Amino acid sequence: MRIDHEALVIGAGGAGLWAALELARAGVSTGVLTKLYPTRSHTGAAQGGVCAALGNQEEDHWEWHMFDTVKGGDYLVDQDAAEVLAHEAIETVIELEHMGLPFNRTPDGKIDQRRFGGHTRNFGEGPVKRACFAADRTGHMILQTLYQNCIKAGVQFYDEYHVVDLLFEGGEGGDGGRAAGVVAYRIADGELHTFGAKAVLLATGGNGRMFSITSNAYSLTGDGMSLAYRHGIPLEDMEFYQFHPTGIYGIGILLSEAARGEGGTLLNADGERFMSRYAPKAMELAPRDMISRAIYLEIRDGRGAGPKKDYVYLDVRHLGRAVIEEKLPDITEFARVYLGVEPLTEPVPVQPTAHYAMGGIPTDLRTRVVRDEANTVVEGLFAAGEAACVSVHGANRLGTNSLVDLLVFGRRAGREMAAYCRAAEAPSIAADVEEPVRSELDALRTRPEGESPSALKAELATLMMDNVGVFRTARMMATAVAGVAAIKDRYTRVRVRDTGRIFNTDLLEARELGYLIDGAEAMASSAIARTESRGAHSRDDYPERDDVNFLAHTLAYRGEAGPSLRYKPVTITRFEPKPRTY
Amino acid sequence: MQVDLRILRFDPERDTAPHWESYRVEAEPMDRVLNLLTTVKAEQDGTLTFRRSCAHGICGSDAMLINGRNRLACKIRVDQLGKKITVAPLTGLRVVKDLVVDMDTFFSKYRSVMPFLMTDSPAPERERRQSQADRARYDDTTKCILCAACTTACPSFWAQPSYVGPAAIVNAHRFIFDSRDDAGDERLEILADKDGVWRCRTIFNCVDACPRGINITRAILEVSRAVVERSV
Repeated sequence: MRIDHEALVIGAGGAGLWAALELARAGVSTGVLTKLYPTRSHTGAAQGGVCAALGNQEEDHWEWHMFDTVKGGDYLVDQDAAEVLAHEAIETVIELEHMGLPFNRTPDGKIDQRRFGGHTRNFGEGPVKRACFAADRTGHMILQTLYQNCIKAGVQFYDEYHVVDLLFEGGEGGDGGRAAGVVAYRIADGELHTFGAKAVLLATGGNGRMFSITSNAYSLTGDGMSLAYRHGIPLEDMEFYQFHPTGIYGIGILLSEAARGEGGTLLNADGERFMSRYAPKAMELAPRDMISRAIYLEIRDGRGAGPKKDYVYLDVRHLGRAVIEEKLPDITEFARVYLGVEPLTEPVPVQPTAHYAMGGIPTDLRTRVVRDEANTVVEGLFAAGEAACVSVHGANRLGTNSLVDLLVFGRRAGREMAAYCRAAEAPSIAADVEEPVRSELDALRTRPEGESPSALKAELATLMMDNVGVFRTARMMATAVAGVAAIKDRYTRVRVRDTGRIFNTDLLEARELGYLIDGAEAMASSAIARTESRGAHSRDDYPERDDVNFLAHTLAYRGEAGPSLRYKPVTITRFEPKPRTY
Repeated sequence: MQVDLRILRFDPERDTAPHWESYRVEAEPMDRVLNLLTTVKAEQDGTLTFRRSCAHGICGSDAMLINGRNRLACKIRVDQLGKKITVAPLTGLRVVKDLVVDMDTFFSKYRSVMPFLMTDSPAPERERRQSQADRARYDDTTKCILCAACTTACPSFWAQPSYVGPAAIVNAHRFIFDSRDDAGDERLEILADKDGVWRCRTIFNCVDACPRGINITRAILEVSRAVVERSV
């Protein structure tokens, strides 16, 4: 079946929904495709807050937010992008409030704000209250509010449509082609649909499911990143993957940094606040990469807690019942439900959990996808949110900046696409565009025999967790590169057990595994080639940052014999790279 | 421990009617039902079909009928259920396949109550002010994740599928009692309809079902009271 719109939005998290809202307001015919229902998107799992220098609690300036973002990202951030992020954060948060978002309030009725890791006053002097929040369900309220406003604006949704291919006109995406639409698989009945459009936004989120311990939803398999990659578009900075320090032990469900923003502490088995050894000034409000490394070192040196000495404690007992129940209710419940631990009276076992891809599909400030070191634009293709790399997070994202990113650049994407659609002609699409993906899907379900995709997925997740985690060495990453290549080969022979048409999740999970393998391949190859330590990419064999050789973004291009790598310079405007201490 | 898991299966491409199938699954007491379902799907029967996404009770994908009560599969543990566990799809919505139900009617009910902020005054330069007390007035109903556990636990909805249902009323409440909103009247008119709040019989099944701990019956009563006050 063929459906045409002027614009398509792939993914209905925060970035996709805000883009759709802008497009609807501009009168552009838009279809939003999501493999879930919009309110299931993982933006809804964000907890602690969204930073904007409103200055409601104390003096603050967007320039300080910009600086913190650049320093937090270990100077790999494109500073023009960080400027847009910090500056436009203010108006986007205000606009969200106008749309109805129920922020917590200060005594005088303004949006309440609290502390978060790495966010400081006056260029690093001390913590600042910058994170605007709605209890510890800020992401839930952002997702709900944007969905509500999309309903109000009459946005057309295609719920449970799984996008399985991108369409280009006049060549591949990586070779001068222009976006022309997508092919989507309707989950309800297994039919393929061709969607034609002038502009396509990839807002499909991250790919944390390539790791065995992750805060990410099952749905986060890097679909948009992989589809771009398969069409010749590079993936940028994939080696920079954030491990959040406080995942629930053994499961990985996130316990928000807001717990530390409100005064929670981290303790080792001896009850010691070990962060004093690693970040004596910022302590538990140091950036996430530093805290995850500190936890790793505490455990390595035998100071981990529990029978296997493999976790540390998050302690909020001293905050008192009122603060915990009013400002941290959800994460308190998570500890009760998933660990059987009562945070009011017991410290909570935590370990680092795979959380966020700093890298992704390269874009310019206007959210247009770019395909090389000269920032050559792929006409008609846009990306925003975690799927994209603009790059505002550099080598390590600060807490709350994921939400800021998807709001600011989701909004920009919608506006940019609306302007593009006014000028662009409708592309032409060939008749047989569904064929390649149809034969791939048919092969998965009709092969006479083959190994199980779910077992292979578990192998991939363990391989990546063990070898491309918080700490890395050349040997570990070589293991990962070879292991991913072997899994990729075996993937060509997997077979799903469910051969039906109706709601075949077995088939889609197998398809998603292919996306995860692409992301893992780009990540492992980009990581082993970066012979330095910067932000979340931390190597025992190259412990120092190397600005001479690696103040540059990695671009990983897909190739038959594995990815080929190129590099593009970092944009530096206001802040020269300095040693990063907290 | 070994769990005896019974699942109500239905594949429209093969079956004429739903039927129970049994599985024996090795589980830990702290495992959630979602762990059991993913284990069965990975190791015993890849055709077992259910929705799931965040796996920690915030996305609302995996509401189902577990040991006779509506629960999120990712939030109810084996030690809360025992060694015999039955799982069936939500009641009152068309079954698409196994534990997957058609959510379209549920979301159209949600949309029918105008679940979005409407204001008469132009937006100010900065945020609209709201006191902490006014913010607290509707806090409980902002927690809804639209999982449909409440509506599909409601005997009034089972008896009268046109009833707008508790979830939609919860989402209307969230705006009716938001001091910034100016469209409470329109929503109350919608909910004064024969398929609106009066179908609630205060059976409290919705409160038991809600995985977010929302006091739904209280919210419905508050909306009912507002409907009455508006009409006098």
